[in-house]
Amino acid sequence: MTSAFGAQLGALRGRRRTRWRDLSPMRKREARFGLLFIAPWIVGVLLFALFPFVASFLLSFTKYNIVEPPKWVGLEHYVHMVTDDPLFLKSLRNTAVYVGGSVIIRIVLGFALALLLNTKVRFLGLWRTLFYLPSVVPIVALSVIWLYVLNARAGLLNSLLHAIGLPRVRWFADPDYAMIAFLIMSTTWVGVTMVIFLAGLQGIPEEYYDAAKIDGATVFQRLLRVTIPLMTPTIYLNVLINIISAFQVFTQIFIMTGGAPRDATRTYVLHLFDHAFQYLPPQMGYSSALAWILFIIIFVFTAVIVATSQRWVFYQGGETD
Amino acid sequence: MAAATSPRSILERDGFVRLSRYLSRALLYLLLITMSLWFLAPLFWMFMSSFMPLDQVGVFPVQWIPRVWQPENYTDALKFWNFGITFRNTMFVTIVSLIGDIGSCTLVAYGFARFRFPFRDALFLILLATLMLPFAVRLIPVYAAYEAIGWIDTFYPLIVPNFFGNAFYIFICRQFFLGIPQDLLDAAKIDGASEVRIFTQVMIPLAKPAIVVIAILSFQNSWNDFLGPLIYLKDPDLHTLAIGLYKFTSLPGQGGIYNQQMAASTLMVLPVLIVFFLFQKQFIQGANISGLKG
Repeated sequence: MTSAFGAQLGALRGRRRTRWRDLSPMRKREARFGLLFIAPWIVGVLLFALFPFVASFLLSFTKYNIVEPPKWVGLEHYVHMVTDDPLFLKSLRNTAVYVGGSVIIRIVLGFALALLLNTKVRFLGLWRTLFYLPSVVPIVALSVIWLYVLNARAGLLNSLLHAIGLPRVRWFADPDYAMIAFLIMSTTWVGVTMVIFLAGLQGIPEEYYDAAKIDGATVFQRLLRVTIPLMTPTIYLNVLINIISAFQVFTQIFIMTGGAPRDATRTYVLHLFDHAFQYLPPQMGYSSALAWILFIIIFVFTAVIVATSQRWVFYQGGETD
Repeated sequence: MAAATSPRSILERDGFVRLSRYLSRALLYLLLITMSLWFLAPLFWMFMSSFMPLDQVGVFPVQWIPRVWQPENYTDALKFWNFGITFRNTMFVTIVSLIGDIGSCTLVAYGFARFRFPFRDALFLILLATLMLPFAVRLIPVYAAYEAIGWIDTFYPLIVPNFFGNAFYIFICRQFFLGIPQDLLDAAKIDGASEVRIFTQVMIPLAKPAIVVIAILSFQNSWNDFLGPLIYLKDPDLHTLAIGLYKFTSLPGQGGIYNQQMAASTLMVLPVLIVFFLFQKQFIQGANISGLKG
């Protein structure tokens, strides 16, 4: 298993640039067909990726309310963000809490559940289905359900706390607990990472464990020295995917709290969305500037993880192409 | 075993080993059951409370079985929420998007997998890079463009982009096409089949497993989509299920009517669960491919 990115980069480096006029007539015909097949995507990437990418960058230097044409204001939005918008930093901090917490929950809990299911457990398919089930539920419905799970007066979670002798928590009514409530809710999607880890675990050849057993390795040593190193490519990719998506958390927060109480759950994308679609007049320019800062943050995170991956991600020899 | 001295101690040791094995197995299943309860309790409660009288919903600690079964929660919920229209709209958007996704992604994936052309690998790298682009960056210019061409309050913004390929689905499909032996294509070519015929009559039937996975991901995407319908569809006659449910639960005065809210949620969740149980294997495959890329 090698990362798709790595393989693609390798292929790029390995190949000399092919020029159109050097191609034989047969190769030209092949190339023409190839381009014809990918034509929809080329149009798509220009319209739905390149155009918005460039346009939002330009809009981030303007005041824009959709109705009137954009007005150039230079770096004003970027200055405003750090000097005059306390909610910018607050939403960034809330998002950081969500990213950190939910990624750890998904990776650690997902991995632990996959390990449990990888012990030749009976009814494997049934457990896997049960754990995966909540992740297919539409997020609007999940939000409606979890609003009651986390209800301060009589919710499911408070009933559970009550049953084990703990006091009730006010969850969304308490700024100290509101973000924690969303982290608890994020366990809903642990099944997705679990399924992925389980498939990875099942791909580890039995011989490795047999060899480790003969060498007298304990269960714990086998986990640390065999399982985890062999799983690093999968862990790596899942950390990456989960970080990118956690930074963009929006829907459940928009529906359940809208950022309340006292902006304790105002996340970055919610802040950005409010400026573009909730406030009047719409502040699309400022919102674009926020989007670009988010893009840069995600880009830096991705780059750092990819760059450091060589130090902790091990690829099994032979499978790399 | 060699350390054992008397038959009695062997028996004792054996018994101990067996006992500890039973205990650890019991613990394992206990853990699995606890986790299942954690994952399923909210859904189970949604279903049960959708039949409860309202005063039973607010009881603390929570009750699980309806005191009286009240199916009229559903009919009451439907009075406020035009389920028929939102359901039809959602079906329409989902099906058309699905056709667009499958059509465009198989085409593009085949182009990347089976033809050599200049800058192919660079283009494919760009394709993978677009997966990293946050939706927030696209949101505003795309919205402004739709506004400019009069596509707000139409289904076009939710449907049309799917006809231009989705990077992730293309990736899945390309991996699959790469795995199909070249001999098969060569044989078809020798038989004089055109490129188009090879694609439609050889490759597409072979790619069925990948197409099913894409279909499921696409279905989930459209059915569950919230942000798109939220900003593009203002006219209630165009609302999808996701927006219908959201509007219903945030109606003034609806705040506390949990039993009807749960009835409405059940109506939205049920079709997804049916599809999930029918295509479990493909759902799991879809999740796997998304996490084990490359």
